[in-house]
Amino acid sequence: MGTNLFSNYGEAVAMILFVIGFTNLLLQKNLIKKIIGLNIMDSAVYLFLAEKGYINGRTVPIVVNGVQDVEAYINPIPSGLVLTGIVVSVSVSALMLSLTIRLYRRYHTLDLDEISIRLKKEGL
Amino acid sequence: MDFIQNFPFFSIILSMFSGTVCSVLPRKAARWVNTIVVSVAGILSLILLIYLIGTGESYTYMMGHFPAPWGNEIRAGILEALMALFFCIIMLLSMLGGRKKLDDEVVESKHNLYYILVNLLLSSLLALVYTNDLFTAYVFVEINTIAACGLIMIRQNGRTIEAAVRYMIMSLLGSGMLLLGICMLYDLTGHLLMSNIKESVELIMAEGTYHVPLLITIALMSVGLAIKSALFPFHAWLPDAYGYSIVSSAAMLSSLVSKGYIFLLMKIIYRVIGFDVFDGSRIIDVLFVFGLMGMIFGSLNAIEENDIRRMIAFSSVAQIGYIYMGIGMGTQAGMTASVFHILSHAATKSLLFIAAIGLTDVSGGSRKFIDLTGAAYRNKWAGVAFMVGSLSMVGVPMFSGFISKLLFAQAAVQNHGKMLPALIVLAISTILNAIYFMKTVIRIYTPVEESKYESITFKNMKLYAVTLVCFIILNVVLGISSQPIVDLIEQGLAMFA
Repeated sequence: MGTNLFSNYGEAVAMILFVIGFTNLLLQKNLIKKIIGLNIMDSAVYLFLAEKGYINGRTVPIVVNGVQDVEAYINPIPSGLVLTGIVVSVSVSALMLSLTIRLYRRYHTLDLDEISIRLKKEGL
Repeated sequence: MDFIQNFPFFSIILSMFSGTVCSVLPRKAARWVNTIVVSVAGILSLILLIYLIGTGESYTYMMGHFPAPWGNEIRAGILEALMALFFCIIMLLSMLGGRKKLDDEVVESKHNLYYILVNLLLSSLLALVYTNDLFTAYVFVEINTIAACGLIMIRQNGRTIEAAVRYMIMSLLGSGMLLLGICMLYDLTGHLLMSNIKESVELIMAEGTYHVPLLITIALMSVGLAIKSALFPFHAWLPDAYGYSIVSSAAMLSSLVSKGYIFLLMKIIYRVIGFDVFDGSRIIDVLFVFGLMGMIFGSLNAIEENDIRRMIAFSSVAQIGYIYMGIGMGTQAGMTASVFHILSHAATKSLLFIAAIGLTDVSGGSRKFIDLTGAAYRNKWAGVAFMVGSLSMVGVPMFSGFISKLLFAQAAVQNHGKMLPALIVLAISTILNAIYFMKTVIRIYTPVEESKYESITFKNMKLYAVTLVCFIILNVVLGISSQPIVDLIEQGLAMFA
């Protein structure tokens, strides 16, 4: 335990970032900060994937000089997964931001708890 | 290869493209397209189910030109076809039953958007049911979340937007954990296809290495999907989302969206991690305990509630608890009971939501119990339907809820370690269910001498009444002829492994 921590520092950083993002998304009151937390969390996962897919001394999996040897390139699948994940997280962030704008126009605050209190007072 | 084997792919792609087409069609045409697509997907699933019962074995279907370890795959077995068929039926009936409310409560220009979202929801559900690839499953989980968020906030007021934001936050936490779990599993095994991952996991278990990462992976994926399907401590968003959205959204959210995630979790347990490995991890006990707590606290919250829609929503929390209790038992019988409860709860909960809206409509739109007194006399069809739904939830014989409780009890007896808590909580939860549902039924059947509200006749609600009758028939069919369905579920689970 712990001895491999330094050699795998990329993964360790990714995990720390994931936890930071996760707690921000869960605990922040401000909606914009929550969305920032969401993006940190997602980016941490992509960092983790990219770090795992990279093999020291090899290059991008695009055939340029006719080298077709498998040993020359890194694993392309994690990069593909990262791209797919980025598309998903962009659309989700856009959706969250548009919801935030709607709430802000109605209640002129970004604090989710205060919005809940006002909703209870309205008694809809 | 038989032509019928293409049907899962056809139903997914059909619902996805019809969603796109709906955006440019006139309102009525979009409604027709939606109804027809849901029915066609249901019919395709039915044909597929009959075909699979005939052949008696599942098959995988290659998507694109790359064979197994690299390409993407669809897999269909009896359980998948049964689930797809059932989801289509529930979706069709919920849309028909909520059609009038959609016209009343949503701005006309938004109707097309609603049909797009429903079609998108159907395609993502079907993809979740049929896919054999974990990362595809993740992408469709996110599509499902976005579609569900749109369904909540199609009727715009402060409550629904707040509910949608809360729903999104919890869902995103869940999908973040699921994504991390999938990535770690990919790093451990080097595969994304479920069957290949399972082979690698068996190798890892045999060698006895990487125990901690595997355990963390299982935990991340189970907890992520549990958050998304509103298992007990993560249910804070649920009552608002189900209580204030329009009725067909509420019915679909409670009976389809959360069930899709649970079905994915079952697939992961059987087809990715392997039932024995999952049974051996401690995560299963965590799910069991939270399931039990959900059964009690969901019902207690429902008893306190003074709003009929929110009461039904809290009852959903309790029912999700039942399903996780079945998964947590770690036996085949428990899993069978859970799958059956997915079907029976979906049929009953959407019936209750649709019936409740009929009752509140004849009470001046109020959802408070005091105004609902005697509502069953003003809208007789909705009254009968609500009573049937309540009896089924409480677990009276003849209705589907009884069979699932019976199956849960039988499964509990087989597992000695968990028998006592499961049976005790099952009994307590049934009593609590009876308290709040019977309270409501008695309230709506209490005659009032001079009602200030008008009653509604059959002529004004033909479609609505027909939908309710279909729901009641579905419920009674599940309750009376349950044996063939349970047999199908057992065969399907056997095909899973």
